[in-house]
Amino acid sequence: MHVPDGFLDAPTSVATGAVAAAGIAVALRGARRELDDRTAPMAGLVAAFVFAAQMLNFPVGAGTSGHLLGGALAAILVGPWTAALCLAVVLLVQSLLFADGGITALGTNVTLFSIVAVGTGWLTFRGLQKVLPKRLSLVPVLAGVAALVSVPVTAVAFVGLFAIGGQAPIALGTVLTAMLGWHILIGIGEALITALVVSSVIATRPDLVYGARGLLARRTLEIRTPTSGGAAS
Amino acid sequence: MRTRTFLLAGLVVALLLGGIGSFYASSHPDGLIHVAEKTGFLDSADDSATSDGPMAGYEVKGVDDPRLSGGLAGVVGIVVTLALAGGLALAVRRRGPRDADVDA
Repeated sequence: MHVPDGFLDAPTSVATGAVAAAGIAVALRGARRELDDRTAPMAGLVAAFVFAAQMLNFPVGAGTSGHLLGGALAAILVGPWTAALCLAVVLLVQSLLFADGGITALGTNVTLFSIVAVGTGWLTFRGLQKVLPKRLSLVPVLAGVAALVSVPVTAVAFVGLFAIGGQAPIALGTVLTAMLGWHILIGIGEALITALVVSSVIATRPDLVYGARGLLARRTLEIRTPTSGGAAS
Repeated sequence: MRTRTFLLAGLVVALLLGGIGSFYASSHPDGLIHVAEKTGFLDSADDSATSDGPMAGYEVKGVDDPRLSGGLAGVVGIVVTLALAGGLALAVRRRGPRDADVDA
């Protein structure tokens, strides 16, 4: 969903630039709480991985493709504030080095990816965690659902921005229907990829999954006596 | 799995995806561009200021083979992103002893 230059008018681009800058400033402070010696390298890897995954467009219907947004994935792996920073770095590299996403549109893209996608993904994930049993095995499933939700919501956010500053007189209902339709489909792909990646990390290093913190401590506090006969947990 | 092993494995996966997998990715326009095209606002797009850059569009100028060109662009992007994001994360992180309740 990389927005090119010119889709939105200058005042809207400037405004989203300000929103993005404010978001990044807040994220820098929040990320400090999420990052330490152990988790900082993970943030670098997550950003690199999201960059790579965003190159892998998958077909979603005749003549259309989708790609991972990565907001929910990053938020669950490294925490929402760090995720916002990771996505912003990815977008910066993409727009400056590869002309993927506009330069004047950078504020728009950071707003959509780092704030809306990450925010929706994280809040959905946390909301689900609060009402469901606290189990490590549920984390990839909830991650998938959060990812599924985050994509169409981000698409609707774009339509909102288009309503404010779109540079072509297209009926909003038309744009909204089309964007929602495709991005619900793309959200399914996002959900599958997110669930797969999160479950892979949980299988190898669950302590490096921000969204699973607290669940691990719960698990390892179980005391097994030798006579219970079970294998190591 | 040791952290270093894990991080290296993750990086290798990323490099394989971006360096090789990207060649097989769909070349259809993504959802937003497709919608813009069909509903009629694609023409309002302007080329970005970097669209003449040496790696614009994930193709390295001067490298003729499309696999190599795209793969190289992917690898460069991954490494640059890793360096920038990792550097930022290291700069922002809390230093010193870990929190007591963080699982080792």
